Order: sequence, then structure tokens, then C-alpha cells
Amino acid sequence: MPNERKPCLSGTGVTKVFGLGRNKTVAVDNVDFTFYEGEIISIVGESGSGKTTLAKMLLGLINTTEGEIYFQGQKRDIGSHRKKKEYWKSIQAIFQDPFSSYNTFNKIDTVLLDCIRMRGGGRLPHDQKVAMMTEACSFVNLKFEELTNKYPFELSGGQQQRLMIARIFLLKPKILLADEPTSMIDACSRATILDMLMNLRDEIGMTPIFITHDIGLAYYVSDSVYIMEHGRFVESGSADDVILRPKEAYTKRLINDVPKIYEEWDLSTV
Amino acid sequence: MSDVMLEVRELTTKYITRFKEDVYAVDHVSLKVEEGKSLGIAGESGCGKSTLALSLMGYYFPPLHYTSGEIIIDGRNITGMNPDEVRKSILGKEIAYIPQAAMNALNPTQKIINFVEDVIEAHNPYATKSEIYAMAKGLFEVLGLPADVLQKYPVELSGGMKQRTVIAISVILSPQVLIADEPSSALDVTSQKMVIKMLRNLMDKGYIKAMIFITHELPLLYNVTDDILVMYAGQIVEKASAKEAVFDPLHPYSKGLMGSIIVPEEGLRNVKLTTIPGVPPNLKNPPTGCRFAERCKFVRPECKVVSIPLREVGNGRAYRCILPEEELRTYYAREARTNA
Repeated sequence: MPNERKPCLSGTGVTKVFGLGRNKTVAVDNVDFTFYEGEIISIVGESGSGKTTLAKMLLGLINTTEGEIYFQGQKRDIGSHRKKKEYWKSIQAIFQDPFSSYNTFNKIDTVLLDCIRMRGGGRLPHDQKVAMMTEACSFVNLKFEELTNKYPFELSGGQQQRLMIARIFLLKPKILLADEPTSMIDACSRATILDMLMNLRDEIGMTPIFITHDIGLAYYVSDSVYIMEHGRFVESGSADDVILRPKEAYTKRLINDVPKIYEEWDLSTV
Repeated sequence: MSDVMLEVRELTTKYITRFKEDVYAVDHVSLKVEEGKSLGIAGESGCGKSTLALSLMGYYFPPLHYTSGEIIIDGRNITGMNPDEVRKSILGKEIAYIPQAAMNALNPTQKIINFVEDVIEAHNPYATKSEIYAMAKGLFEVLGLPADVLQKYPVELSGGMKQRTVIAISVILSPQVLIADEPSSALDVTSQKMVIKMLRNLMDKGYIKAMIFITHELPLLYNVTDDILVMYAGQIVEKASAKEAVFDPLHPYSKGLMGSIIVPEEGLRNVKLTTIPGVPPNLKNPPTGCRFAERCKFVRPECKVVSIPLREVGNGRAYRCILPEEELRTYYAREARTNA
């Protein structure tokens, strides 16, 4: 346990409002948070709770309406495209739908070569690049020789998601935002993907942030859990505290609605 | 002795690809669903769960083709029936099917009541509109759906509500058997619970007599069904009661599947999830012998040579593995000790 926890990503009063006037929707409503380095964080919420909007703001894909986001204690500056690119070297994401995360026209080699270029390895000799790509693919149990000259859509959902992890392996970001990384793949491959993400975390020392509606997953992987409802964090704390001893009614309801195997699943409360 | 609502004997169906290759997605599957029981089918994606569901209805259209086996619904053999005949006299009345994205099947320009009218008119052309409305209203109220849903358009309803509406419409002719293929996988937990509650309600109130529930989410299956079939590469590899399947699986594949369950319950945080390495075999040319042999931890040389039958072990349990029950249990116990 490090005696001093370094904050890697934090925010004060982060707000996102879509629309104007009568059509105004407050997607993220004045949230404060501090994510520490080395911790595994989960943001849990139902659909429409604003968790993906928050993720997009953290990534700098959309601007915040109000509030500030601090990266490693410094105010985040992504004013220009160049600065944004610099920022994306330290923060990367895996999205829910692996099918739509790739450029259909790019071959898998291109996808991986792009990552090497982003890390400044563009001028490396070809053999070395191939070695790096092979290493990344073998990390996620894919065979690079079989992938060359293939397009992402030729792979299955699980394989695409693993290729996504191979990208992260090459990019070595400080923070990884995983937005519903396993909701499109079945329970069996889910374990494989989670296992790989955890290995990757040990390998490159990043801080994963899971954004999910799966409370089981949040409980299984994370150190601290944030429960989000209507754009606000209603409860946060360590995974054991939040999931096993919830205080808020909303959290209790959410946990109650998940099918259990050891306890009785109470169907009468809907 | 309760009645058997649906019985399938050695059913085999295949897909014919555009290169004229045969892919046997359902391979000698036998199952039986008794009145008042629900049967769950588990397995990873691509193992033939959904194809089995389609095959059970006897409603074949290319690329899916019937090969061999028998389907008996409520004492009536529908094997080899012409698809048109099946659609008129079996679907809706005897078997109702809810596909995975059922809620997307609603035409956005039609009110919900129009779908109900469509279903009833197809089977009973003499029903009047007011009769249909009364019938639909009665059913919706029993199932806890507000009756004003009938006068709404699909866009006015939430995802969970749409899914429940589709389920209600599909059971309006009180079919004997309901086949639900991942009815709740696109919904959030609360809507999922509502759908499950509704399915339970349908069984309790006698709208349907038996149910087949297909999903890869094992905690859900455990809570909904009485018996579980585990499928792998088109074959049934294990048949057991829900409790046995989850807490005492025999087949190494089922064991792996059960080891990947994640639920937010005390003590499950530090459990190491088991992962099954490798990928399922290509069914274009399935391996001789055990189909799981390539990925199995306890593989023996003979596994890859002889084909293994589904072995009955009493109490309605069966599994498809060369190793005897006790030996598998010893292995699992040893594994549990090393993990602890």
C-alpha cells in the first residue's frame, strides 16, 4: 500500500448540459471526483444515467459545460488538437461495441502500426515493429501471423475486443477508460477479457476505469465504486462497502435487481 | 406423472452455406419439457442455442435445413410438416417464440393494438375488433401492463416496456410452449427483472404450460429455470437440474462456464474466474471424438478418437465425457484446493 496516493484524474463541478431552453437535458450534474493512481475504479449506473457522457468528457471527446477536470493534479489543457493528441497518449478507451470501434477500411496491421507510431516508434525498423505487434497479439492470445492482411470485421466480437486490448498494450496509457467492455460478449469470454485487462494493468501499470451497468463486474474487479443516477454520484466508496453494505435506496434497489445464485432473488419488489 | 409438452428426439439440423458446405449446428439433440416446467439452455455464442430454438419450432427456411429426428408437440408429431402449415397451425397456438431483439420487430407506424389484431386475425378471421380489444386488455391487465399501452405507438414505450408488450402479444393465443431466446439481454437490470417476473407470471397463471429459456447469463438461468441443458458445438454436453448444473457441474466445459459467473455477492470478490482457453471448433468439419477435447484440461488420447455418447447417470442427469463422475469430481476438488 503506497503511503501517499497520487490523484491521476479528478474533477470539480463537472456538468454537461445538452440542448437549450425547454429541451435542456442535464446529463451530468455537478459531479466531483478524485481517481487515484493504481486504483481500479468502477462507475456503475443504469442506461441514461450519464455515465457514458462522463466518460466522453474525461476522454476530451466532448467539452464540459461547466467545471474543471484535472489530470495528474494539473488543470487539463486540451485547447488545441495537438494538445488533445498529447493527452490521448496518457488516456485511452475501450468501447462497448468492438464492431464499430475500428475503421472498416484499415487492416489490422494498420490499426496496430498506428499505435506504434503514436508512441513515437514510427521510424523503427520493420522487424522490430513486427516483433512488437507479435508480442502485443500473443499477450491477448491472438496469433499475429494469422491476422496480417485481415480486416477487423473478419474477427469475432471477442477477438475484436482482444485486439482492442492489444492496442492498449502497445499504447501503454496511464489511464484506461473501459466503457462497457464486456456487455456485447458472452459470459464465458467476459472472464477472459477481464483477466487480460487485469494482467495488462499489472504489466503496464495503468489505472483502469470501468464504466458499466453490471454490478457483478464492478464488485469483482474494482477497488472503489461510484454509483451514478440521473447524472449524479449517489454513493461512492470501496467495493465492499458500496455493494455489500449499500446505504442509498437506489443502490439497494440496483443490487437487489441482479440475479443472485447464493441468496434468494426476490422477484416481488418490482 | 405430468404431461410432456414438447419432446424432441435426436434432432439434427444443418445450415447449407453458399459454398454448399454442411454445417450441423444442432447435432442429435434430444430433450423433453414437461407441463409446468421450464428448461434452460446455456452455452457460449455460436454453440447452436438459437438454432436449436428455431429448429424446435419445425419452421425451416434456407439456409437452415432439417436432417433427421422427431419433434412432438403436445402429442402431435410435426416432423416434416410443410413450413406454411407450421406457420398456420403451430406457431402462436402451440409454440410461441420470442427472438433476441423482439422489441425491434414492432413497426413504428402501427399502434400496439394493431399487432394484437394481426396475431388474432391470422388464426381466427371472424374475431371482431371489440372482442380483440377486450381480450388484449384482459391479458395486459393480468400481466401488469397498463391497458393504455394498446393505444400507443412503439416509440412511446421504453425498451423494457416494448419487450414485455411483445411477450404479451406472443402469448395471446395461449400457446403450450414459449421459447424465449435471450429475452432480456438488451435491457438493464430493473427491466430484466420485470420481464422475468412476467414470464413467471405467465407460467403461474396458466397462459403457457412450459417454457424454454435460452441465455448465456447463468445466474439468470439459475433463477428462472428448473432444468438446464449445456450446449457445446451443437451438442448437449450436460443435462441437470438448475441447482446441480450451477453448483455441481460434471462436464469440464460446464465447469468452466460455471466458473465464469460473476455476481455481486459476498465472498465472490477474491475467487479466481476460470477461463476456457481456445475457441470452439469449426462445425464445417467437426473433430472426431469429443468436440471439447482441444480445450479440455483433462484430455486423454482416446478422447480425440472415439465419439462420446451422452451418458445417463440417474435423476435425469446426463453428461458427455469419457471420464467417470467420481474422477471428474476428484479433479475439481483438487483444483479448488490449489486455487484457495
